[in-house]
Amino acid sequence: MADYETHRHDVLVIGAGGAGLRAAIEASASGVSVGLVCKSLLGKAHTVMAEGGIAAALANVDDRDDWRVHFADTMRGGQYVNNWRMAELHAKEAPARVRELEAWGAVFDRTPDGRILQRNFGGHRYPRLAHVGDRTGLEMIRTLQDRGVHQGIDVHMECTVTRLLVDDGRVVGAFGFDRPRGRFKVFEARAVVLATGGIGRAYKITSNSWEYTGDGHALAYAAGADLMDMEFVQFHPTGMIWPPSVQGILVTESVRGEGGILTNKDGRRFMFEDIPEAYKGQTADNEEEGWRYTQGDKAARRPPELLTRDHVSRCIVREIKEGRGSPHGGVYLDISWIKKRLPNAEEHIKRKLPSMYHQFKQLADIDITREPMEVGPTTHYVMGGVRVDAETQMSTVPGLFAAGECAAGINGANRLGGNSLSDLLVFGRRAGEHAARFARESGPGRIDPARVDVAARQAVEPFERGDGHADGPYRVQRDLQEMMQDLVGIVRTESEMRRALEGLQGLWERSRRVPVDGNREYNPGWHTALDLPNLLTASEAVTRSALERKESRGAHFREDFPDKDPASAKFNVVVRKAADGVMRVERVPIPEMPPELRQVIEEMK
Amino acid sequence: MPASATFRIRRGDAQGGRFVDYTTEVAEGMVVLDAVHRIQAEKAPDLAVRWNCKAGKCGSCSAEVNGVPKLMCMSRLSDLPLEKPIVLEPMKAFPLLKDLVTDVSWNFAVKKKVKPFKPRPPDAPDGTWRMAQSDVDRVQEFRKCIECFLCQDVCHVLRDHRLYEGFIGPRFLVHVAALEMHPLDVEDRLPSLRDAHGIGYCNITKCCTKVCPEGITITDNAIIPLKER
Ligand SMILES: Cc1cc2nc3c(=O)[nH]c(=O)nc-3n(C[C@H](O)[C@H](O)[C@H](O)COP(=O)(O)OP(=O)(O)OC[C@H]3O[C@@H](n4cnc5c(N)ncnc54)[C@H](O)[C@@H]3O)c2cc1C
Ligand code: SF4
Ligand code: SF4
Ligand code: FES
Repeated sequence: MADYETHRHDVLVIGAGGAGLRAAIEASASGVSVGLVCKSLLGKAHTVMAEGGIAAALANVDDRDDWRVHFADTMRGGQYVNNWRMAELHAKEAPARVRELEAWGAVFDRTPDGRILQRNFGGHRYPRLAHVGDRTGLEMIRTLQDRGVHQGIDVHMECTVTRLLVDDGRVVGAFGFDRPRGRFKVFEARAVVLATGGIGRAYKITSNSWEYTGDGHALAYAAGADLMDMEFVQFHPTGMIWPPSVQGILVTESVRGEGGILTNKDGRRFMFEDIPEAYKGQTADNEEEGWRYTQGDKAARRPPELLTRDHVSRCIVREIKEGRGSPHGGVYLDISWIKKRLPNAEEHIKRKLPSMYHQFKQLADIDITREPMEVGPTTHYVMGGVRVDAETQMSTVPGLFAAGECAAGINGANRLGGNSLSDLLVFGRRAGEHAARFARESGPGRIDPARVDVAARQAVEPFERGDGHADGPYRVQRDLQEMMQDLVGIVRTESEMRRALEGLQGLWERSRRVPVDGNREYNPGWHTALDLPNLLTASEAVTRSALERKESRGAHFREDFPDKDPASAKFNVVVRKAADGVMRVERVPIPEMPPELRQVIEEMK
Repeated sequence: MPASATFRIRRGDAQGGRFVDYTTEVAEGMVVLDAVHRIQAEKAPDLAVRWNCKAGKCGSCSAEVNGVPKLMCMSRLSDLPLEKPIVLEPMKAFPLLKDLVTDVSWNFAVKKKVKPFKPRPPDAPDGTWRMAQSDVDRVQEFRKCIECFLCQDVCHVLRDHRLYEGFIGPRFLVHVAALEMHPLDVEDRLPSLRDAHGIGYCNITKCCTKVCPEGITITDNAIIPLKER
């Protein structure tokens, strides 16, 4: 029998980023007991790193904005394979969620008349992102965290969940261990919310931290839930590329929102050269108009630097491939040029982009008020995730809910910047509400001690591997990252992805032999060994789904099928674990959009 | 920059430990955290260290680099004397868990004791408020805090005198200041500031301000105005 502590909560939330915190607050406010588990310390989740802002049609800066415009922008950005009901709920509810943050103490930047200021971002027709300089995520997570701890939520920090406990087809709890001591914990719960974030660590160049190993994706998959849209991985166009040790660290899109431009080694603003048909009507065709847009001229159209991320990334890759890149293999992103237009440009840049200013100054010896940055695409976000019901966020397994980056649906083939933070709030709240209701309406679950024993044995099994000559966990992780980057990256093709599937087989085998040194106390080698199966599951889901979608759409670009295929707009790709343990891929039809929403999209074209 | 450098890292837990020297390759642009990761990947897979963002945004990677409390992800190797071993130690003000990781849970317990934000009734019928940018500038400075706890680590009231019961430390004085100076807040935290939070223990040495990676003027802008209230 394994030795473990047991904790009982009505609702267990796994993940303490924006989605998990918002879910926990909602569930707890409705009167049920709530436990919140996270791998890092509280307040360190990815949400803290978000820079640009929260998208919500508050219409504080441009009164032409409303939920209909936001909805249409989100669907266009997602290339119409989004869950339209989620996109609708998101656009309608985001403003109230942002105002609620203010009521809980968040201090956003202000408009001249004292309301919440909003800024421009890629793919959003009007200035829509509520923000605090370029540290919006910090403001959001701190506000939620402070609200949550005063509401009596039980927080289990630095605790990793390795398995969901299922009884009779329903999720009834989770198994994990505390990272400092390595002691086992069993969480009994009537409902579980996954809010574990993304999978960026499956790639070599990424803006994501060690936490993003696809745990929630893998936990849900193992419990029998469907994963959807996994082929859609967002490569953000602007990551740092030099020096090598900072490769992948994000350079916020707000740099472009504030007037930053992309140029190649010849000084050309190459983004003007390729503006997709769907965006022609709303994109500036000259520099003057683009500049006026960033300065708030309502008659101007946005500059092509603010096209959607998938498109900007591909244009950058093209420039680099065709030999017009910068010395370290990227392109230039320049905000310093605005001094030609603004008298106090240096101060303006420091006030609007303080953490970018410091990041480049301290990590790259670059003063962004004086010289351009070198940037290139970086793996940033996964649109795919647990398939959920739009209203309740429940997965296909009863008792299991998911919200935030680890859930699929709202973003379709490509996420617009700022739509994640708002997604966390809108669907975090919904997941919390419905998980609490589910918990109240369901009896306690039964936890089978035999399953706990299996989970415990699996967790410590790496210590018992005898083969001291096998590759260590960091090595296997790195090889996976390189392979995914090379074979299932920004530009994909059938033959390479087939090779990736073979490669994954080999990596699965190596992952089972990875030896672990030391003991169970705060042991990163052990933790990394346990992350590997999650990363591999997520990578396999991405690869299989990407093979299934034989077209190019949003973030998914196939060299062998470079065009959009109207027939492929009618389905989402879903993977699930079949009875024989093998990953099955399926196309599920997208339900017909109601006429009123179709009309909104037509009107906004 | 030399091709390699030596890092003298405190290994072990509260029961005991020792310094171990690791020599590893270094390159231009690297920060201390990169070197630690390289050592972890190549020589010491169980070396415990906290990190998340690698960009000074999350406040996870606090440690003492050659005796100075710092974020390891923002400490460039080129700013350090690499001809000698670089000494890496965990923060001293908190109980050691293992290697570079300390038990900072006390901080989270302190936060719970500070009375939460309580806004005045909304200014507009739609439930929203009006605040000018100039009114929020000051609290925005305090709200930049990434909870790295380096200021707590360096404050002698905690580090040397261990007054964890009676003093909340600079981080949470900043937190109280952020609430007290929040234009919408109507809660009164002044009585507890003197009793439970122990602001009187602070004798304005300004060590906290010096180490704050966010450049928050902890003493002049937060603590002194609170003391004067
Ligand atoms: C640098 C950067 C900048 C960004 N800027 C923006 C922006 O300006 N606007 C925007 O909308 N979006 C932005 N994004 C995206 C956005 O920040 C994320 O998508 C979002 O924060 C994810 O939130 P989440 O709540 O889903 O997950 P997270 O905040 O990542 O939280 C995940 C949580 O799950 C926990 N967890 C994971 N696995 C386990 C496990 N096995 N056991 C226990 N706990 C676990 C983690 O510890 C963590 O607490 C940015 C992302 C990055 C990386
Ligand atoms: S100024 Fe006060 S709070 Fe800051 S380190 Fe000195 S005694 Fe501590
Ligand atoms: S005030 Fe500064 S030093 Fe103290 S915890 Fe906050 S960011 Fe760190
Ligand atoms: S890793 Fe986030 S501050 Fe250093």
